[in-house]
Amino acid sequence: MTLTLRNIAKTFPGGARALMPTDLDISEGEIVSLLGPSGCGKTTLLRIIAGLETADPGAQIRFKGEDMGALPVERRKVGMVFQSYALFPNMSVRSNIGYGLKMQSLPRDQIDARVDEVIALCRLEPYAGRAITALSGGQRQRVALARAFAPRPRLLLLDEPLSALDAALRGALRDELAALLRQFGITAIFVTHDQDEAMAIADRVAVMSQGRVAQIGTPEALYRAPENAFVARFVGNALPLGGLIEDGRLHLPGGVLTLAGHSNGKAAFVRAEDVKIVADGPLAATVETVTFLGTHYRIGLRGATHETLFCLHQGVSAPKPGETVRLAIAPQSILTLDPEKAAA
Amino acid sequence: MKNPGRFLQLSVTLLAAAFLLVPTIQSVLAGLTVNYFQGLRSGLTLNWIFVVWDLYSSSIFLSLGIALACLVVTLIIGVPAAYAMARNPGRLTRALEEFISLPLAIPGLALALALLQLYGTYKGFRLSWTFILVGHVLYTLPFMVRSVLSVLAAIDLKTLEEGAASLGAGPARRFIDIVVPNALPGILAGALTVVTLSIGEFNLTWMLHTPYLKTLPVGLADSYASMRLEIASAYTLIFFVMIVPLLLAMQWASARAQRITQ
Repeated sequence: MTLTLRNIAKTFPGGARALMPTDLDISEGEIVSLLGPSGCGKTTLLRIIAGLETADPGAQIRFKGEDMGALPVERRKVGMVFQSYALFPNMSVRSNIGYGLKMQSLPRDQIDARVDEVIALCRLEPYAGRAITALSGGQRQRVALARAFAPRPRLLLLDEPLSALDAALRGALRDELAALLRQFGITAIFVTHDQDEAMAIADRVAVMSQGRVAQIGTPEALYRAPENAFVARFVGNALPLGGLIEDGRLHLPGGVLTLAGHSNGKAAFVRAEDVKIVADGPLAATVETVTFLGTHYRIGLRGATHETLFCLHQGVSAPKPGETVRLAIAPQSILTLDPEKAAA
Repeated sequence: MKNPGRFLQLSVTLLAAAFLLVPTIQSVLAGLTVNYFQGLRSGLTLNWIFVVWDLYSSSIFLSLGIALACLVVTLIIGVPAAYAMARNPGRLTRALEEFISLPLAIPGLALALALLQLYGTYKGFRLSWTFILVGHVLYTLPFMVRSVLSVLAAIDLKTLEEGAASLGAGPARRFIDIVVPNALPGILAGALTVVTLSIGEFNLTWMLHTPYLKTLPVGLADSYASMRLEIASAYTLIFFVMIVPLLLAMQWASARAQRITQ
């Protein structure tokens, strides 16, 4: 493992526990995302890895076997992209990118060569001589990335690198960032609250909740086989079906569904895209709302479950509100998980 | 006039300008006329200026020296102090800010008296120009600290420093590469205020000065009290010629620095 984290916890002065003892292993060249709602401890974990925050005693941060935990941030050789980018307003784009190399006391011509290389890689040639204040948000984000990457850090850390951009730009830059990180071939950890961002960029995603890693795995694994209700809800917006599970069958107000397994004592969840409107489905429901979203309709259904059930319906037309429809949910699409203790 | 509001605005502005300029011009002319009581008929001369130079050039150089020394000391103390305060906001910092601002509220005379009571017996110190310097530093330091602090508070200093640290910069490098350049508009504005205040400071200096250590304003008072009006006016003229370009130059520098950080 390139980066090994053991027993990383953080208690803030005053007793608030931002991070429960956490272990994490990241291999060479891997891009890992820390995904979770605000206050879940993801940024704290990233800042501890960077050395900007001190973990509680007993923590271990090892990079290829070498203990990093005692090093101050300036000697950890980690690149960091900040949410606000933290570009130096008193320096040009070039000087920002070259700053880390200057700190390594490299000769002038080596710095220039490396800065040129990174500028070309990040396609920043037209902006190299500009002042930071003369750049757009997207350009600043690339400069921040170039600046963090230029000194050849052993680890790249990104704290919500896209959240300062407006929504239209974010989508395009997300794919660009994913491509650049792959091109860099660098081990990277990036923090986000946006599941699409995590899925699009990361090899593995660690979903965090209330200071703990709820599950870590590939985006597909998290989506298809969530281990708990939080992950099911947060990744892909699974909705609880409610009802009662008895011997492989789920009893709901609108009918009875067959489950793939026995699953007594568990709770059932389903994603809107797995709810199908079919003529001979086992569930009866009344259409409550219909929202046209271009590629599909989002239909709110009443009567099948205790709460409103949503269905993503693809087709040229949709049922009207008030109509009664029949629904089917494939047994393998129903996620049976341990019930949530309390609302997270 | 089509617009009566504009007319009113113009007249008030011109009146205010005249109110400030007429006495200035009169004073300047008084320093340049051969005999003020006979008026301009007696002719114009630069003689009074040479007389002032002979009598008071040591005061002028002393004031410049003290102002520069005061600037150096307030920079060395004030910039790191403002930085420390910006990095550690809290009740203690607020209390400290109020404390160093006290000399603004206390009359210079009282401050000078306190200095005399405390250090008056150390003859070597009491008779040296550094005694006046201490008074000036006490009086001008809050201007430097507040000016730098307000700029530092307006930028996200913590994150900028974290950025520099992640790129391998230690605390000293961060201070020189990040803190000082980004605080520059505040430092320049503070420097402008410190030098101007130090050169013009009278009431504290008047208490602290000795017959051998007269600063420019103290010399001015001396000339008003004991010299003829033409000499006093010529002295005022020299004061103007010194302070106005200084003010303009530093204002230009501070405006330029302000643009860089926007």
